[in-house]
Formats: sequence, structure tokens, C-alpha cells
Amino acid sequence: MSVKLTEEMLAALPDARGHFGAFGGRFVSETLMDSLMTLEQEYMRLKKDPEFQAAFDKDLADYVGRPSPLYFAERLTRETGGAQIWLKREDLNHTGAHKVNNTIGQALLASFLGKTRIIAETGAGQHGVATATVCARLGLECHVFMGADDVQRQSLNVYRMKLLGAQVHSVESGSRTLKDAMNDAMRDWVTNVDDTFYIIGTVAGPHPYPLLVRDFQSVIGRETRRQSLEKTGKLPDALVACVGGGSNAIGMFYPFLTDESVQLYGVEAGGHGIDTGEHAAPLCAGRPGVLHGNRTYLMEDDNGQIASTHSVSAGLDYPGVGPEHSWLKDIGRGNYVSVTDDEALEAFRMLTLVEGIMPALESAHAVAYAVKLAAKMDKDQMVVINISGRGDKDIHTVAQLDGIEL
Amino acid sequence: MSRIEGVLQTLKGQGRKALIPFITAGDPHPDETVGLMHTMVDAGVDIIELGVPFSDPMADGPVIQLACERALKQGTSLRRVLAMVSEFRKTNDTTPVVLMGYLNPIEAMGYEAFADAAVNAGVDGILTVDLPPEEADDIAPLFSHRGLDPIFLLAPTTTDERIRAIAGHSSGYVYYVSFKGVTGAAKINVDEVAEKVAHIHELTALPVGVGFGIRDAETAAAVGRVSDGVIVGSVLVDTIARNQADIDALKRALTDLLNPMREALDGLAS
Repeated sequence: MSVKLTEEMLAALPDARGHFGAFGGRFVSETLMDSLMTLEQEYMRLKKDPEFQAAFDKDLADYVGRPSPLYFAERLTRETGGAQIWLKREDLNHTGAHKVNNTIGQALLASFLGKTRIIAETGAGQHGVATATVCARLGLECHVFMGADDVQRQSLNVYRMKLLGAQVHSVESGSRTLKDAMNDAMRDWVTNVDDTFYIIGTVAGPHPYPLLVRDFQSVIGRETRRQSLEKTGKLPDALVACVGGGSNAIGMFYPFLTDESVQLYGVEAGGHGIDTGEHAAPLCAGRPGVLHGNRTYLMEDDNGQIASTHSVSAGLDYPGVGPEHSWLKDIGRGNYVSVTDDEALEAFRMLTLVEGIMPALESAHAVAYAVKLAAKMDKDQMVVINISGRGDKDIHTVAQLDGIEL
Repeated sequence: MSRIEGVLQTLKGQGRKALIPFITAGDPHPDETVGLMHTMVDAGVDIIELGVPFSDPMADGPVIQLACERALKQGTSLRRVLAMVSEFRKTNDTTPVVLMGYLNPIEAMGYEAFADAAVNAGVDGILTVDLPPEEADDIAPLFSHRGLDPIFLLAPTTTDERIRAIAGHSSGYVYYVSFKGVTGAAKINVDEVAEKVAHIHELTALPVGVGFGIRDAETAAAVGRVSDGVIVGSVLVDTIARNQADIDALKRALTDLLNPMREALDGLAS
């Protein structure tokens, strides 16, 4: 069942308490409520403030290098033998991923709110790097929380953050990945709430984060829509993006939600396979629950304890997902699927060899699914893949799997 | 009148302050929790807050995080915690028990099923750290209709408007978090607490318990002087961690910690 969405319906979401249907909300301890309410009020005001929007647009153009190209992957299309495959090149942004769109926006917000200390969580390190980058530029103190396992497998990004002047806190608790980094960032925030702004990297967390991160990332979809019309005279038939927390996907999908003809595919991390239980695909194999300030699909056990996740890609290794995706799944507007580690690695190699574009392992999940999808579609149809980040950071992981010591 | 209200009213009549310990259920082992609860009652506590372990305790510092990990490793679940309360009630039907934890284990069990099971087990109050009243519209009434007291947190950052609204959703007592931070941090400022609690007393008739940062008789007395009760958590949980191998030694250590707090609080009455 799919609901026809209208602009009016979208304008009413999230509601005043941050709900997208049954999902979202604000589930945090009392100490943070006042800050979240202030942030919400200020953001709602600045959202309509031409000065704030102009500053944001200027940074996206001059500092990030937007618009990012919409590129026709001609050889990949030929090899696939189906629909035309186009790539939205978020990997070409400054710092090499879509994450910077959001950190630019939130750092501007922090400045408007007079906060001088920034904290962030990171999985693959891309959000940490993007946060450290904007902090370096604005002269803000920056602390990045990162699971100890991720510090190991993303050592290049750890060093990048340090070069950018950030302090990287290795989180040893719990499963030592992204969810634990987020726990510790929340703990830091509650302790330093007066002077600290928490730049959340994805469309999860308590209201208003899913809203404001989606707004900042929606530049991806707006550009894609315009570029698609300019280059092909029509809208794409399908959009494909990877989903961990889901910020690159919602940024791509949101400006197309009312375009019924455009199919939306969010690709979760299937890890070793959904049936093994070792994956990070809450929309495909989880159920609704409450974590990190919002109600959303989660990977959990029967007792409501959050499950350990697995993905070859650190950025997708998260047991929850943005609440707006949970809503899109339940109303039938979004299609949520998964691909395994092996399929993603194969796609990583294929895109590198066939197009000379090395995608992040996260984005490689989207590539893997899109190629399967395009093969079944007509040659006059069009699929856009969001290449959310570049793969340089993953070379160590891929080499290790190849048994090569760098 | 609920068991919690009864106990707090009696104490008030006596001019005494409530001593409210927090321990994580199932730590160091689910079989030991009920024994530890009885030990604490023997040491003179008035209400017990029993922590329901959660995999991602975002509001807690390292001491309680580790307690959650130990308890979960030993197979502690919300259902098992309820069974512990039932067991405790076999020999004690006077000491109120408040379950304190995070929302997701309750959501996973189902709110009505949990509320029924909690009443049957003899639970008196529910404190869910990550459930502000704004999200509790459907949930809190399920508790109050069954006679369970919904207990909410107040923080140094809580505005007057919210204090009134939160108190309106609460019964039993309200839990004032003494500082901005996680459990177990040592940064309590008694003067600030005194000022804020006095202000909370102007806005609600509910008793005010103060937690976070109370670690010995001295801080207990200082906070007891300005509130209706003191909640002691991390120092007890840390004691459990250090004595987990020897349960008799652990019980003595808990008693040695709680006795001076009780005396110090009762010293305020005279």
C-alpha cells in the first residue's frame, strides 16, 4: 500500500513534537530538553531567515564546491544492459562525502546560538572529518566520539581529524561502534550542555535533529531534480541510496517524495546476510523501538536490548535508522532493501574499474543494488545512485580483505 | 494512597528524610539482587530504586554502564527483574520499589503487559529516564490507573513552566537531578541544589528526592537538609563491583555505607 503524498502533508511533518507518524519524537533525559527546545525554536526561526539561508548557500557553493555533478555512467550502463545509470557525485564534495552539507549547516546554527564547543559522533569517520573541518574553519573547539573498533578500521580518518585540530575520543564501551559513540556524545552533551553544540551526523536523534539534518541534506535531491530535468528533460525513474542512519538517502529522496513516478530505494547493510542475523538492516529485519532520542525501527532482542550489528562498512554499522525512513517504509513510499558485504565489495571494485570512480563502501551498497535494479529496467529509463562518499578511506579495509598489508 | 506516598508521609510526620538507594538489578547476579534489597532494608533505607539494565544507558556514567553490562551478561531481563520484585515481596510488603531504567525494554514487552506485570509483582513506581512527559501521554496513564506512581526527572535546566507540567504528570515524588551530567560524576554543588529544590517546593506539593553526586553521609546530610529524600546510586553500584566475588563481604560493605547515611539523615531531625 502506498499513500499519495502532497506538499501539504509533508509541510505538516514532523509534527510539533517531532513525530513522523508513529516515529521520531524526543526521548531524552530531562537535562537536555531545554536545549533541544531552544534549538528547535532557533532553527525554525533561522529556517525562514534569508540571511541564514544565504550564508548556508554561499558556504555550499564556495567551500563545499556545490553543485555536485550528476554524471552519466555510460560504461556501467552499457555493461549492465538496462536502464541508464547516473551518479550523483557527493564524493566530489570538500572532505569527500555528503556529510559536510550538514556540518556546514549545523556549525552555522551553533554560531548563531553562540556555542563555542562542538561535539560529534562518527562511524566511518566521514562525519567526524566533516565536523572537524568546519570547526577548523570557524575556530571552534571540536571533540569527536568514535567507537574503538571504528578507530581501528578507519585510522586514516582518525589522523585526518587530528590534523584538523579535533580531539578524537575512542569509545571502549558496549559494542565499540557508532551507537556507543553516540551514547558517549550524548553523555558529554548532558555534562557540557551550556556551551556545547552537538552536531549529529545523521537524520536520527531527538527532534529537531532528524528535521534539520534532512533540511541541510536536501540540497542533494534538489540539485538532482534540477540536473535531471536539464540533462534528460525528465525526472529519474528510480533513486538509490545507502541507508545507515539515512542522511544521504533522505537528502536525495525528500525533494522527490511527491513525485509518484519516482521510485525510492534505500539500501541497508546486509552484512553476512539477513538470515545470519549479522547485519545492520533494521528496516529490513528489525522492529520499532526507542533509542538515541527517537522511536524508529531498531535491531534489538526480544527483551528490548539493542543488538550488535555487523557491516563491512563502518558508516552503516548502526542498529537504528532515521525516523522519517521508518515512516516512509510504513506508508509504502520508500522501498528498503539490503545487500551483503560481499555484494558491496564487488560493486566497489566494479565502479572503480568500469568508471574510475572509487565509492565509499557505504555508497557501494547503493551501487550493488542499483546495478541489479537497472538490469531489470528498460533502456529508456533512468536510475540515479547517490555516491555519498569517496572510497579512499576504505582502501585499508579492502586491502586487508585481499590479504595485502599496506 | 500508594505505598510510596504512605512512606513519604510517615517520614514527613516524623521530620525525617527518605534514604533511597539505587542498585542495578541482576548485578552481580540475578540470584543475589533480592538478598541485597533485604540487606539495604535492614540498613534502614526507605524506598528502593531498582535499575533495569539496558544495553545503551545514555544517562549513566561508567559505573552504572558496567553494572548494566554485568547484569545483562548474567541474563537479566525486564521480566526477570519483575520476578525479583515478586520474590522480594514474599517477605517485605512495606518497602516501596521503584523500577528505574530506559524505555525500550518496556516498549518491547508492551506497555499494558508491563504495567499489569509490574502491579502483580508488587512494583510501586516507574521512572523512565528517556521518557519526558511530552512523550508519556499514552503511557503514564497506564501506570497511574493501576496505582503505579509515574516518577519523572527534573533537572537544573528545567524551566518553571516545565516543572509545573512535569509535577502534574508525576505522583509519589519527583526526582531532582542535582547537576548537569551523567550518574557517578562528582560535581554536586549543595548551595545550588538547595536553591533549586526550594524553588521546586514552591511550584509543587510533591516530595522532592535528589539524586546524582551523593556518595557519603556528609553529602547525604547536606542534601537531606534541603530536600525530602536523597537517592544514592553510583557509590553503591561501585561497591557491588568491587565486592562481587564475595556476597557476604558485599552485604557488609553496603551496610557500612548506608548506616552512616541513615544516621546522618536522622541527625537532621533532632
